[in-house]
Amino acid sequence: MKYVLLLIPCVLALCTPLYNGIDPRLAGFPLFYWSLLLLVPVSALFILAAYKGEAR
Amino acid sequence: MIENLNWPATLVFVFFFAVVTVMGFMAARWKSGPLDVLHEWGLGGRRFGAWITWFLLGGDLYTAYTVIAVPALVYAIGAYGFFAVPYTILIYPLLFVAFPRLWAVAHRHEYITAGDFILGRYGDKWLALAVCATGIVATMPYIALQLVGMERVIQALGFQGTGIASHLPLTIAFVILALYTYSSGLRAPAMIAFVKDTMIYIFVIAAVVYIPSQLGGYGAIFDAAGAALDKKVAASGGKIAAGLILKPAQVTPFITLAIGSAMALFLYPHSMTGILAASSGNAIRRNAIALPAYSLVLGLIALMGYMAHAAGIQVANPQDAVPQLFLKMFPSWFAGFTFAAIAIGALVPAAVMSIGAANTFTRNFWKAFVNPNLTPASEAGLAKIVSLIVKVGALLILFVMPTQFAIDLQLLGGVWMIQIFPALIFGLYTRWFTGPALLIGWAVGTILGTWLSWGATAWTPASNFFGWLSFNSYNGLSSVIVNIIIAAILSPVLRGSTSDQTTEADYQDRRVPA
Repeated sequence: MKYVLLLIPCVLALCTPLYNGIDPRLAGFPLFYWSLLLLVPVSALFILAAYKGEAR
Repeated sequence: MIENLNWPATLVFVFFFAVVTVMGFMAARWKSGPLDVLHEWGLGGRRFGAWITWFLLGGDLYTAYTVIAVPALVYAIGAYGFFAVPYTILIYPLLFVAFPRLWAVAHRHEYITAGDFILGRYGDKWLALAVCATGIVATMPYIALQLVGMERVIQALGFQGTGIASHLPLTIAFVILALYTYSSGLRAPAMIAFVKDTMIYIFVIAAVVYIPSQLGGYGAIFDAAGAALDKKVAASGGKIAAGLILKPAQVTPFITLAIGSAMALFLYPHSMTGILAASSGNAIRRNAIALPAYSLVLGLIALMGYMAHAAGIQVANPQDAVPQLFLKMFPSWFAGFTFAAIAIGALVPAAVMSIGAANTFTRNFWKAFVNPNLTPASEAGLAKIVSLIVKVGALLILFVMPTQFAIDLQLLGGVWMIQIFPALIFGLYTRWFTGPALLIGWAVGTILGTWLSWGATAWTPASNFFGWLSFNSYNGLSSVIVNIIIAAILSPVLRGSTSDQTTEADYQDRRVPA
């Protein structure tokens, strides 16, 4: 389970063709940029989940 | 020399520089321990908790060169420069999984460097030497590039000079750095990292709020940058690949560069030093959760390359884009503040890099091959001297070589560094691999990676692997895959030394649930 949680953000970060576009824009940011920037905190949440799961 | 100096900016710059200099010397007494022992001088006595480690690793990994080079790349070619973001997303799951194990085994056996672990784990001092040499060779140009970052902002302050005089401020800064690193060891950059990181956060937040408000918002910034990049592509007759999104041919280099860079990052001596200086495996895990804050900052800094386009900044050297942007958009005193943040941002990694290189030189070369009877005191004394030599060497690289050469060397450094991944990371999990097999894999990978990168006119980071692939892949990744395959096949054949200091239990750190 821990490894699945950690793998998800990695796989998402590397699905480049999925986010290599301009539209839809968010607050002026093209898709490419807002999706990558959003993925950074999301990846931290996945690592946090792995940490909590491990501590239990 | 100083007639065109921007005085308000320079005064602010010098003030902050003086503050961190005092801190650097005072750091010797912080969390004090006997500084004539290597793990006290070179690892801060392994007393850094989660908070200090967060500042130290953040200050150490997100260097001044990064702050200059990533937006420069985005300014020059657009989306491709954003590879730094997926790259830094990949590193933290790896940090979380593998490095508490390395920390635990290093703590148990008092390993200070990657080479120490390799020697204990495989009983092969030649493999340890290969790891040590790779680390030092890859680190030297990296330190030199920190100086390049520093020199960019000193020039932006209006300092002009020719010949040796042009390097004068940089040399002074570096001598000061060398002296307090000598006396305080890793405690100095750890303490300065607090100031550096706080300053970086302040200027990034100011920049991402204030600059767009002056330039008509993010939508306008992206539109202006997209138009500027399209114009550049058209002017080159389509030869330059640039734009707001990746061109189809850029997708696989983008992905493989992110993977390969992520695999290499924590193998560098300076990352190792920052990680092993943590007080527990748990401090490392908590950092894997909290360090992405820096990645977000890096992503925002990358966007400054686009802000420079929107602000109409035209520079011949893309590395001047961000300093010129700040001079144009901010009042002088705040531009001085941001330049100080970048320059201090060079000091932290330069100090940690020289300490990491000194640790591994002392332990894995001098003690292993020259003088096995080194006392703890002479071990620390030697490392201090080596840290000075490494810094002088980096300064000389900058003086005698064209900057482009240092940049190429640093790119190649990543290709070389990744070759120790199988020995170090796989060694934490499996006993399949043997020392001689890993050494041959390392040699083949290093030669292959260098050969692949050898372009007709410049070093190229990605290639189609002698035409075997239908796409381009980062040479570091392609060559380490060959390295792994060779090491895996040869391991059952070449048994080598069976000595292994470590047991499975050594890799488990005692975890205190939060």
